[in-house]
This record gives sequence, structure tokens and C-alpha cells, in this order.
Amino acid sequence: MRSLLPVLTVIAAILLLWVVAVVPMNMHLTADQAQRQDIAVSPDTPAARQELSGIGLALRNPQLFGMTYSLERPRLPSPQQVAVEMWETIALKKITSRRSLVYHGWVTLSATLLGFVIGIGLGILLAVGIVYNRAMDMSVMPWAIASQTIPILALAPMIIVMLGSIGIQGLFPKAVISAYLSFFPVVVGMVKGLRSPDAMQLDLLRTYHASATQGFWKLRLPASVPYLFASLKIGISASLVGAIVAELPTGARAGFGARMLVGDQYGQPLVTWAALFAAAITAAALVGLFSILERWTLRRMGMQAA
Amino acid sequence: MTGAAIISALLVWSVGWFVNTRLANSPAARSRAVQLLVPAIFGLTLLVMWELLVRMLEVSPIILPPPTMIASRFAGELPILWADFEQTIIKGALTGYIVGMLAAFGVAVLADRSDFLTRGILPVGSFMAALPIVGTAPIFVRWLGSDWESKAAVVAVMVFFPILVNTVAGLRDTSAMQRDLMRTYGAGYWPALFKLRLPAAMPFIFNGLKIATTLALIGAIVAEFFGSPTVGMGFRISTSVGQLALDMVWAEIVVSALAGSAFYGIVAWIEGRVTFWHPSQRKSRK
Repeated sequence: MRSLLPVLTVIAAILLLWVVAVVPMNMHLTADQAQRQDIAVSPDTPAARQELSGIGLALRNPQLFGMTYSLERPRLPSPQQVAVEMWETIALKKITSRRSLVYHGWVTLSATLLGFVIGIGLGILLAVGIVYNRAMDMSVMPWAIASQTIPILALAPMIIVMLGSIGIQGLFPKAVISAYLSFFPVVVGMVKGLRSPDAMQLDLLRTYHASATQGFWKLRLPASVPYLFASLKIGISASLVGAIVAELPTGARAGFGARMLVGDQYGQPLVTWAALFAAAITAAALVGLFSILERWTLRRMGMQAA
Repeated sequence: MTGAAIISALLVWSVGWFVNTRLANSPAARSRAVQLLVPAIFGLTLLVMWELLVRMLEVSPIILPPPTMIASRFAGELPILWADFEQTIIKGALTGYIVGMLAAFGVAVLADRSDFLTRGILPVGSFMAALPIVGTAPIFVRWLGSDWESKAAVVAVMVFFPILVNTVAGLRDTSAMQRDLMRTYGAGYWPALFKLRLPAAMPFIFNGLKIATTLALIGAIVAEFFGSPTVGMGFRISTSVGQLALDMVWAEIVVSALAGSAFYGIVAWIEGRVTFWHPSQRKSRK
């Protein structure tokens, strides 16, 4: 808790920066709107105002500061507008409503979780194969490492279309992308983890006359748990990003990605911002959940985080 | 026909796997050549199987084009691919990467002067680094227009946090003994920063820079899905998917894979030059 105050200070500084930025970002829109309501604006023609920067215009019209925070379609919404929008779409709408962010969140989250489970399952299996089979290690491992430098997310639209043209739609294509993104971190982390027991520990098991299976269950697998959790935390946020991006270019009708796109196309910035923050909160909650699980598991096992 | 296709694919697989198993268990397995050869054979085996299955099962190229078709498309469309590469990688990703990197360095050095700020920035920064920042792409496209500036902005924000967190963490990574030594030399803040703490932070900084290379490409490509001029890799991918020209999409993916590996490789090469003293850079003598 020693770092609580510094963290709050940094968050407050970011919020303050945001609040200050709202004025110049929205000034041109506000000035246009104020003029329509017969409020004196200087300079009084839109063309002359375009010449000025947001800051310059703001300095000439301090009377409009208040209005910049309550525009209906701002360029940069103020924090309280986003908060109100989120409160309305999360808490006040029925969760079955198409305007509820809980509903859209669940659409994205279900794809994320399905893909994540598939991804870590396959990832752990492949890692076990790599650790126990030299040929597999030498053939697959360089590709698994190289694939982390590749923007896999670029594949997203194609996977959707590919699966769509053989008749698979809805949840599964998004889950495939999520699985794909969480797969490689888990493989790399698990291989490292399964190999983490040192020669001394392996020798000890040999003096116990332990079989390879016993060596796996009693030494390698427990030793890999800290590495697994480190990969899971990377994997779950990658999965969520994958599910969101999978919704973007494909005209999905539900999910965080779809909300962002709808807000963008229909000129409702508040919808986009609310979806963005809801996605951020979801990501934070997922990573936080795994951190708690990690701490709890490792304490039960008497270990430290990797 | 289906049976023949599957049998021939399995045949290719077993030949490739047999060769790899022999190579991996041979005495020469530790030599550099074999370590490159084995993954190359594995990749080639997969490509041949892909080609065989797609050709023999007559899979429509709308679903999965064979590798040879992708290769010929790649060779035939080099000017377009190059223009897309320039727009997305050079203008979008690289500019954003440099801007984000410089901003992160600046903030890190400023924050570093105060222990209070450092303790605040580390958790907030690692939290932000895990967020789906790529979702800000529509907002930046709206603010800065659809040309490369908005992509560079998305990239800059995406790479900012991992680099910041790693730089701040790296600047803290000197022992009290080392700092005391600098003090006995009478070194002030700036000499100590440039002669001790920045060099000591380099392994961390490069770790952040390497993570950021992939993020930069992702940001630049995905941001183009939201609006772009009629050039760029993300634009080409989304329009080619719409036209069901999947061979073109694959060709772009090959470009992005090459660009991603090259970008990472260059940063890793610079890292080797800068942090030659660090244990992780030692060449193991086998």
C-alpha cells in the first residue's frame, strides 16, 4: 500500500490533463454552437475561427469554457460525460437490451474466454511435446518464437472470412483469433517453465528412481506454474484484444468492437469512449483476477512469482 | 481422391518428420547448420502439405489459396506491396514508434528524478500496457484524418507504455554500491545518469523496445481498418478480403511477417551492439 498515494497522484495527473485538454479540443465545435444560440463569439465567422488553433480560440472566449464540457457530440468527451454514459449503459439498462454494455461485454468476453481456453490448452500440449521431443523442439520452437514478432492480428479479417465461407459464424471465428493470440505466449512460457528444474533437482528424482511420468507430474509441472501464470496474464489481455479486433472489420453487430465502430460511424463519440473504457476495465479485471489466482496458488505451493 | 490427398500429405509429413528426427538426434544436432535446417525442413513440409491438400482436394482459393498462388501474387504485385509497405510501416509504424519512444524516454527521465513519481508510474504504466489501446484507433482517425498521421499517433500511444515502464524500471536497476562509487567520484546527477544509470538500464530499455516492435506493426495495420487513403497494408487486407482475393491478403501477411521479423531483428542487433557487456549477450561456447 506504500505506492497507493503515488498511483493516485499519477491517475489524478492524467485526469487533470484530460480535463484541461477538453477545452481546446472542443472549442471550435462549441464556438459554432454558441453562435447559433446567439452568444457572442470572437472572431465571429467560422472561417476566421478555423485560422486559430484550439488554444488560441479558447483564450479569446473564456466565457465558453463551461459549454465545452457538455457538448452532445464532442471531439473529446469530458471524463464525467464518459462516466455518465457508462453508468447509463451498464447499470441503468437491462442487460438483455442491445444498448447495454453488459450485453456487448458478454458477447466479447465469451469469445475471449472460449478462445483463451482453447489457446492455453493447445499451448500447454505443444509445450509438453516440445520439452519431451527433441525433433519437435528444434522444428517448432524457432517458429513459435519468430511468430511473436509477427503482427498476427492482421490475420483477423481473413480468418473471419475463411471460416465464414465454410459456414462457421458467430462466436467461434472470434474465439479462433483469441486462441491464436494467447497460444504463442503460453507455448513459450510453458517451455521455459517445464525446463526450469535444474540438473540437481532432476538428478534427485533419478536417485529416487522416479519414472518420466512421475518426473513430469511431481517436478516439471509444479515448477512451471509461476511461468504459466506469467503467460496467462499476457495471454488473457491478448485474447481480449483479439476478440475486439475480430469484431472491428467484419461488421459484427454486438460486442465492444462493434460498439466502438457504431459510435465512430454514427458520430456518437460517447458510445465509442464508453465501449473503450468498458473494454479497458474488462481487461484490467481479467488480468487482476489472474494476479489474485497467481498469488493465491503460489502461496499455497510455497513459491515466488517468476 | 480425398483418400489419395490425405495419404500423400501424410507421406510428406512422415518423410519430413523422419528427416528431422534423424537430424535432431544425430551427433551434429548442435551445429549451427542443423539448427537452421531443422525448422526450415519443418516449414517446408507444412508448405508442401498445404499445397498438396489444397490442390488435390480442390479447395476453393476463396477459402485457402495454395502457397504457390500466394508466391506468384507476391512476385506479381511487388510495386503495390512496396507502396503499402512504405505507407504503413515506414510512415505509420516507424514514425509512431520513434515518437512514442522519445516521449517515453522523456517522461521516464523526468519521473526518475522523484522516487514518488516512479512508484506511481510503474503500476499505472504496466496497467495501461495491458489495455486494448488499439481500440483508440477510430478516435485518432477522427482527430487526425485518415492518412498516416493518425496511424503514427495510435502506434505512439501503444508503444509508449511498455517502453516507459521498462525504462523507469531499468533506471532503478543500479546497486547502492555503484551509485556510491559515482558519488565518491564527485559525479552529479547528469554524469551519473549518462555514465552509470542509462547504460545499466539498456537491457531493460531494449526489452521494452523489442516488445514495442510488434505492437507498432499491429497498431499501424489495425488502425487502417478504420479509414485510410487507398494505400496501406491494413487497407489492402480489408479491401482484398471484401473482394475475396485471399491470395493478396496472404501476400500482405507475408510482407507484414517479413517486416515484423526484420524490425525485431534490427532492434535486437542494435541491442547486441549496445549491451555487449550484459550476460544475456554472451555467446555460449558449445
